[in-house]
Amino acid sequence: MKRPQILTRAMAVTVATLCAASASADPDEDSLTINGEIEIMTEAAAPAHLDDVDTIYSGWRFRSDETQSMQMDDFDNPAMIFVEAAAEAWDQVEGTEGKSCGTCHDDVDNMRGVRAVYPKWSETAGEVRTLEHQINDCRENQMGADSWNYTGGDMAAMVGLISSVSRGLPVNVAIDGPAQSTWEMGKELYYTRTGQLELSCANCHEDSYGLMIRADHLSQGQINGFPTYRLKNTKLNSVHGRFKGCVRDTRAETYKPGSTEFIALELYVASRGNGLSVEGPSVRN
Amino acid sequence: MKSATGLAIAAMIAATAAWSDVIKPDEVVFVDGAVEASLSGVSGDPVVGAELMNKGSGNCIACHQVSALSHLPFHGEIGPPLDGVADRWSQAELRGIVANAKIMFEDSMMPSFYRVDGFIRLGDAYTGKAHSDGEVQPLLTAQQVEDVVAYLNTLKEE
Ligand code: HEC
Ligand code: HEC
Repeated sequence: MKRPQILTRAMAVTVATLCAASASADPDEDSLTINGEIEIMTEAAAPAHLDDVDTIYSGWRFRSDETQSMQMDDFDNPAMIFVEAAAEAWDQVEGTEGKSCGTCHDDVDNMRGVRAVYPKWSETAGEVRTLEHQINDCRENQMGADSWNYTGGDMAAMVGLISSVSRGLPVNVAIDGPAQSTWEMGKELYYTRTGQLELSCANCHEDSYGLMIRADHLSQGQINGFPTYRLKNTKLNSVHGRFKGCVRDTRAETYKPGSTEFIALELYVASRGNGLSVEGPSVRN
Repeated sequence: MKSATGLAIAAMIAATAAWSDVIKPDEVVFVDGAVEASLSGVSGDPVVGAELMNKGSGNCIACHQVSALSHLPFHGEIGPPLDGVADRWSQAELRGIVANAKIMFEDSMMPSFYRVDGFIRLGDAYTGKAHSDGEVQPLLTAQQVEDVVAYLNTLKEE
């Protein structure tokens, strides 16, 4: 109600700080090529379903030069140690059926394109599935092996391996047809202001990206770079692990990794990145 | 001896008076987003207020720049800078903004620091767990709101 008046009152100061803050206000202009050959689209026109954003950016564009450079060569990317371990696990026979991932899928390069379209509607399961769910489905029902912890190290590494062979391909998750109701649910969650701080994903990652919140330079909260190796905890972090952290920071009760809510949120957030390159495993702070 | 006892009693009376004068979060009266009466019945301490700007459940500089606090690292840019804020707003308006900014500024991103209901999936602080059925504590106590308002009142430029 009082907005117009407030705007004029605060205007003079706001203009002054905009100038002072502009150094950090935007994503930077750097471009990313990995190993001198894989070109990554870190910027793209926003997909048609996004009303309030024109351009989408990878989180890479909001990180410092030092953090960015760690992702330019696999030898410098600490996430690759985990990917190498997963490459061994790929051919590791486990479970009652005497099979490994490689038994059915042959070379992991056959997985090229997979990361880009997940989460995805599964006809057999009759629900939208994340890559983690699909991996556990293979382990349990094809291999007769134990499922992995949803956000555990083995799982994050395997998702990292499967992502790595899709790097450079555009994210392209389907949001229509049978996936639509899940997508709608995710969208609802994205705009819901949770917890005692009453903040939604959109408050920070749509309304405020490019700005500093205390020591953090806010990105658009895209997930094209997942799993991410974070300098902060020196391990691979899964999408749902990250979501959980962000919801917790609003002083809210979080959802569980692998839950219906987080699957829906993942599909929706992934769809906000349709057009960016698959970049995982990436490096973030 | 005598005077010490006298002081202690005086302090007790003051404390009791202060406690009974506290306005509960759901009893605060807003007029055009402003709150006239002190929430604690006692005036605020700007020195304590300055600390709350930086720490704990206040952490105002997570979103606001304050030149007078430039010795502290990392001021955010989400809200307007608070320099000269006391020239723009009266004490009652500042109290209203800190207690529940969403009344002055519709849909504001600024958290409501003295409100205890209407939350979605309220957690137990930063644990990620659900809040128990117990009483919900506001982000700042009545006295802390007064301390922060007292500090904001020092931010004058004119
Ligand atoms: C209080 C502010 C805040 C809220 C609310 C918030 N986030 Fe974040 N988020 C951050 C900060 C700070 C970071 C780290 C810097 C960055 O990448 O933006 C981050 C990072 C992320 C990242 C990692 C991006 C990358 O490139 O590695 C994702 C994904 C993300 N958030 C998703 C979400 C989702 C989904 C929600 C809602 C459920 C949400 N966030 C709510 C503050 C927030
Ligand atoms: C999560 C972000 C956030 C936090 C934390 C926050 N604020 Fe704000 N604040 C805002 C925003 C955004 C506005 C602008 C009002 C609007 O349009 O929503 C604002 C406006 C204000 C104003 C009016 C400023 C002016 O120049 O008109 C004051 C005063 C204020 N805040 C004080 C505080 C104090 C004191 C605290 C801590 C106890 C605090 N804020 C914490 C986001 C925040």
